[in-house]
Amino acid sequence: MLKVSNLKVNYGAIKGLKGISFNIQKGEIVSLIGSNGAGKTTTLRALSGIVESEGQIEFKGKEISKVPSHLRVTLGIAQSPEGRGIFPQMSVQENLELGAYSRNDKEQIKKDYNRCLELFPRIKERLWQMAGTLSGGEQQMLSISRALMCKPELLLLDEPSLGLAPIIVSQIFEIVKQLNSEGMTILLVEQNAKQSLTISHRAYVLETGLITLEGRGKELLNNDEVRRSYLGI
Amino acid sequence: MEELLQHLINGLSLGSIYALIALGYTMVYGILQMINFAHSEVYMMGAFFAYYTAKYLNLSSSPGFGSLAIVLVVTMVLCSLLGLAIEKFAYRPLRKAPKLNVLITAIGVSLFLQYFAQLVFGADPKVFPTLIEEQTLFTIAGAPIKSFDVTILVVSLVSMGVLHFLVYHTKLGKAMRAVSHNASVASILGINVSRVIAYTFIIGSSLAGIGAILVGIKYQKIEPMMGTMIGLKAFVAAVLGGIGSIAGAVTGGLILGISEILVVVYGSSQYRDALAFLILIFILLVKPAGMFGKNRIEKV
Ligand SMILES: Nc1ncnc2c1ncn2[C@@H]1O[C@H](COP(=O)(O)OP(=O)(O)OP(=O)(O)O)[C@@H](O)[C@H]1O
Ligand SMILES: [Mg+2]
Repeated sequence: MLKVSNLKVNYGAIKGLKGISFNIQKGEIVSLIGSNGAGKTTTLRALSGIVESEGQIEFKGKEISKVPSHLRVTLGIAQSPEGRGIFPQMSVQENLELGAYSRNDKEQIKKDYNRCLELFPRIKERLWQMAGTLSGGEQQMLSISRALMCKPELLLLDEPSLGLAPIIVSQIFEIVKQLNSEGMTILLVEQNAKQSLTISHRAYVLETGLITLEGRGKELLNNDEVRRSYLGI
Repeated sequence: MEELLQHLINGLSLGSIYALIALGYTMVYGILQMINFAHSEVYMMGAFFAYYTAKYLNLSSSPGFGSLAIVLVVTMVLCSLLGLAIEKFAYRPLRKAPKLNVLITAIGVSLFLQYFAQLVFGADPKVFPTLIEEQTLFTIAGAPIKSFDVTILVVSLVSMGVLHFLVYHTKLGKAMRAVSHNASVASILGINVSRVIAYTFIIGSSLAGIGAILVGIKYQKIEPMMGTMIGLKAFVAAVLGGIGSIAGAVTGGLILGISEILVVVYGSSQYRDALAFLILIFILLVKPAGMFGKNRIEKV
């Protein structure tokens, strides 16, 4: 579904990505793990088109690296960004509606909307609340639901577990698994290597802008280097 | 008593004109975090667009609501086109450039338009055609209520009402608020940020055009340098209310307009223009973010 070749991103003199290649097959959960500053967020930004990049990004057989970001959403790529990116001065409902901004299929939007509220009952109870007054976990759920409202084929999640209580983290990983079992392809960026590798089909390890390891989720869980660097074992 | 009432109405209509122009500064700031210094020249050009529209259609021979409506529509369209052109050719190429470059460009565009107007329209003041006849419509508590002031208040109120509806109850408005909060998040939700910016310029420029016509009606004199002082005052009004805030621009405009008239009446007209800057210095000292402003730390 997604094929990335030699992707590079420069922030002025700083090299965010030094040429990485990876792919994602339809129906997979793929994790991207790496320590702070490795370039995970940069990778997602490049895929969504909000930073300029060099190299090829092929999505559903089409080269999209020059497609502007708002049109990539229409093609089927949605993102729940780092820091959740919710709009604090808008109601929860308005935030969700913005997810469906570029869609016209009213009936299906309504269905997706109800589906989101079903997945995240806590969001449903808070539709009229200002999004800025939600707790961190609720904001994360809102951010994921809003991305789902874009009706993506490929969902990019940037550290959905960051700063959340263990029980909420487990809930979020459960929902990621559930979405995937319903056919959603997911690229998951995580610091929480253990849980993300457990639910992932495959994973890539990113270090200072380069991919250093790749393999099946379970394999990497048992890889000595991964255990030492990311699992603290 | 009736005198005070009359001054208040006078101040209110001056204030709503400041508010209309301040809205343009504040909305562009909200979206691009830049002060569009060319905005005051869009306003000035609006006055000339209105002048020539009325002249060529010979509308001053039939003043009234119909003529006013025609001039309003034509002027809004022309001001929008001018605003769009400025955004597209001067600001868009600098979208990723440092803020200072954009600021200097804005000042450049402003000067260009001032001298362009002097060249094309002449530097001498022109008498604005009569679109509304001057008359006393009714009296409240002995104070005569003039047709000019009523027109100004009604037109401003309707414009602000439409703006409020647009920003808070339409899809475009939601997109504008989203872009203003975080443009890159807006774009990963499928919002075409460039288009939203263009609409913001259309709206701001239209409001400047409306303001120009109202000034023409009330003061009946227009000239190529007319944008400078009113632009500065509207900018002060936007800062007073909290730049980026729509409610702030309206409140700031009204406060400035009313206090200016009161200074003229009970103080001296010499201090009229100084007042705005006194207020500006005062806000910058006491509440730099303005009345409705968020204390946002400037991200570089
Ligand atoms: N806007 C920017 N300007 C300059 N440098 C940047 C910018 N954004 C990211 N970088 C740099 O690029 C590198 C990769 O950053 P990135 O945000 O992709 O890391 P990350 O893997 O997501 O880290 P974290 O786990 O801390 O979120 C870092 O060295 C960072 O300092
Ligand atoms: Mg990151």
